Amino acid sequence: MYAFTYHRPTTVRQAISLLSKNGDAKLLAGGHTLIPTMKLRLASPAHLIDLSKIDGLSGIALKGRSIVIGAMTRHAEVATSQVVHENLPALAELASVIGDPAVRHRGTIGGSVANNDPTADYPAACLGLGATIVTSKRRIKADDFFKSMFETALEPDEIITKVMFPLAKKAAYEKFRNQASRYAMVGVFVSKRGPEVRVAVTGAGSNGVFRVTAFEDALKKRFSPKSLDGLTVPADGLNGDIHGSAEYRAHLIGVLAKRAVAKATA
Amino acid sequence: MPAVAMTVNGKAVTADVDPRTLLVEFLREHLRLTGTHVGCDTSQCGACVVHVDGKALKSCTTLALQVDGASVTTIEGLAAPDAPLHPMQAAFREHHGLQCGFCTPGMIMSAIDIVNRKGFALEEKIIREELEGNLCRCTGYHNIVKAIAAGAEAMGAGRKAA
Repeated sequence: MYAFTYHRPTTVRQAISLLSKNGDAKLLAGGHTLIPTMKLRLASPAHLIDLSKIDGLSGIALKGRSIVIGAMTRHAEVATSQVVHENLPALAELASVIGDPAVRHRGTIGGSVANNDPTADYPAACLGLGATIVTSKRRIKADDFFKSMFETALEPDEIITKVMFPLAKKAAYEKFRNQASRYAMVGVFVSKRGPEVRVAVTGAGSNGVFRVTAFEDALKKRFSPKSLDGLTVPADGLNGDIHGSAEYRAHLIGVLAKRAVAKATA
Repeated sequence: MPAVAMTVNGKAVTADVDPRTLLVEFLREHLRLTGTHVGCDTSQCGACVVHVDGKALKSCTTLALQVDGASVTTIEGLAAPDAPLHPMQAAFREHHGLQCGFCTPGMIMSAIDIVNRKGFALEEKIIREELEGNLCRCTGYHNIVKAIAAGAEAMGAGRKAA
């Protein structure tokens, strides 16, 4: 790693002040994307701002018809939370398949969402449930938040403080893992809330997470795997690499969407 | 250089460290606790797993400064030098759960974490799933899985007796 100055603010305001004063600064949450990236010298921020000692940034609560999760909440906490299991089990299941047990003790939802890795799981949950990302400045709807691969609507001095997930009676996540890295080759999150249906795909798109409106329209008529029979996603704009061609990923999206709908209606 | 303070295997430790110091470097090079290993150095293999505040963590992907104020347990901390082995260590010995031994400290620390989270009666399928963050090049995992099942049971029996 290249040298950096380490900061450990105790409030969000201090963290923002540090971000604003130091142009070349990065926030440190769980660190399980940032530290490996810095070890490879693919990132070399001059300042690292550790968020772990800021009170009030983690926690899981049911507020009305939404689950509110603090940005520093670790994946393991979401995966084992009674509140999440009782109200939105698909979210707990998604958190439980991120990385591995040790990684899940450190990785955070805020870090995952802010980073917007095109193969990460949480962006699919956010888009697949219509979540709201709450920052130090404003609230951003998931549909407006994820811009492109590794790019979000966040401004340079903006910090995610929590993510709000509206409950959905039917929701499920299906993940097809790369056997080596365990990241999603394709991950599909589906949900139905009244007349609203969402199908969000991660892992496959070269621009990051996206919704499949053709699938959503079909499922609005009838929320059943059969509704997706014969529907395909075009391979254009999908990732193709040694692990799978764009055509294969397009095929997987259809397969996983059906499995997710079946799981959501089970 | 910033100061870091933590408890390692029950002993209070303080030091001035370059912020870049990884926890695994701090343990191995500053404290000479070389039981924790650097395998892949890219958070995949688990040879670096230690416990921080009771939870398994990959020490090659954590800065020492991030665990300031925490309680760290390494493989060396499982049993005193002249005391009997921890039941999980004993199980790995009994069931030949290692060959070269490089992945073993990480396997044992992860195994204890699995027991802490999933209990004393561990099914083979669960053990194999929970070990996804630990890689072994020698054994093919069979004896590791058997050792962990036996070690978990022994930890349970020990709890009841104590």
